[in-house]
Amino acid sequence: MTDALEAVFRREAGRCTATLIRVLGDIDLAEDAVAEAFAIAAEQWPVRGIPPNPGGWITTTARNRAIDRLRRESSRADRHIAALRLHTHDMEPDPTPELEELDLLIDVFPDDQLRLMFLCCHPALAADSRVALTLRLLGGLETGEIARGFLVPEPTIAQRIVRAKRKLRDNRAAYRIPRAAELPDRLRAVLAVIYLIYTEGHTATSGPALTRIDLSTEAIRLGRVLATLMPDEPEVIGLVALMLLTEARRSARTDTDGSMIRLADQDRARWDRSLIDEGHGLVRACLRRNQPGPFQLQAAIAAVHNDAPTAEETDWSQIVALYDQLYAILPSPVVALNRAVAVAAIEGPSAGLDALDNIDVVEDYQPYHAARADLLMRAGRRDEAVEAYDRAIGLTANAAEQAFLTRHRRAAKGA
Amino acid sequence: MPQYLLSVWHDETYEVDFSSPDAQRRVGQVAAFNEELQRAGAWVFAGGLHPASSATVVRSGEGQVSMTDGPYAETKEQMGGFWVIEAPDLDAALELAGKAATASGEPIEVRPMQG
Repeated sequence: MTDALEAVFRREAGRCTATLIRVLGDIDLAEDAVAEAFAIAAEQWPVRGIPPNPGGWITTTARNRAIDRLRRESSRADRHIAALRLHTHDMEPDPTPELEELDLLIDVFPDDQLRLMFLCCHPALAADSRVALTLRLLGGLETGEIARGFLVPEPTIAQRIVRAKRKLRDNRAAYRIPRAAELPDRLRAVLAVIYLIYTEGHTATSGPALTRIDLSTEAIRLGRVLATLMPDEPEVIGLVALMLLTEARRSARTDTDGSMIRLADQDRARWDRSLIDEGHGLVRACLRRNQPGPFQLQAAIAAVHNDAPTAEETDWSQIVALYDQLYAILPSPVVALNRAVAVAAIEGPSAGLDALDNIDVVEDYQPYHAARADLLMRAGRRDEAVEAYDRAIGLTANAAEQAFLTRHRRAAKGA
Repeated sequence: MPQYLLSVWHDETYEVDFSSPDAQRRVGQVAAFNEELQRAGAWVFAGGLHPASSATVVRSGEGQVSMTDGPYAETKEQMGGFWVIEAPDLDAALELAGKAATASGEPIEVRPMQG
């Protein structure tokens, strides 16, 4: 694919698929039609040039191809029209369209992408399936690309996607935006999936490189799309801000040899100022609404970190205050752990260790043991620090994290 | 309209003893939920079952019919009853299943019926 076509594909594939699913009432048919339209574009655009509205061109071409195909395979057409009747009761188009009337249904609703996000992140699907389906249908990623992104065998991803689509179809999952009463829960599920894609790209759980650009970039793109579609949801803005503020530190997070650099040791000159500025603007905008949620508070914490010219100048008391707020709405060991680290920065490693001891720890939670090892080291309790580093090293499969922890373990050992 | 099977699941300690105040309370809640289903036009059929130990499995093969005592599934969990409901889509079915779970105090499995 040429770069120009690739760019159009990244931008438009999810949107076109979303519209075609509404028009055709069938996910597989929509995917096939959009793929066919892009194949035609790959032949025609280099010769005739890119049309003025590439997304509209793809959607219309895909629609026409799908209708041709339905007409050719009339038994299939009956089946799909039957499917449409079942699926459209809550949609704008005529609930009982005849084949010819599909022509009238092609208007692109911006809401289509939103419907598709809620469908892909349906709570009746397992979390793995939500992630895979979202990347496939909204990101236009190939099964192989998703498999590589998560270091999972390709057949596993393929099976997850096939099963998820079948479950949605067999269960007659509606293609609609949740009602106001359902919205908070359903939106939380969508945000969780986008953030899961981001964090997997940000810190791959295993594999050689610490970050995988494609998944993080795709998560940010999806977040931005969602923010455009739901501009009045502060948590959506909070999620985008959190991702941008984390992303801003990307190039400072790893050494030339690929090993991880802690926030405190990062070269802040390498942080991306434009992402930080954009993130700060979003944090201010969403907090002004005064409906703080987990993503907004985490974004605010990231903003405080990014604000400090040096690690020593970090406003730790504000960070502890924000973690207290976060813990009040999200009382998780992870939040308590981060709060303990912030306490240690103000009151010293012993106070931090006291705070850590109060956490109901998840035994296999690697960051807990890594943080504890660091505090023990700083408190001069080297033997215990080495032990804690061993625990942490055993709990990560990520090569960059392992290199980091091993280096610090050596220092603790004093050898 | 699509139909869904909502089945009620119990662990192995389940006994059909409705005498306790707690069981009586749940019986009342389920009765109220049944009325709600009927008012909403979602009701197709429902029933409670005797314990799995009361089951018999009948098999047919090679021109013979044979029987075994006890339930087919060798699991601790057992189905204690079910509803068949009509709902426009999965979300509507899940919402009713949530009410069924609250009324019965047990987990509810939702499965779409074919056709």
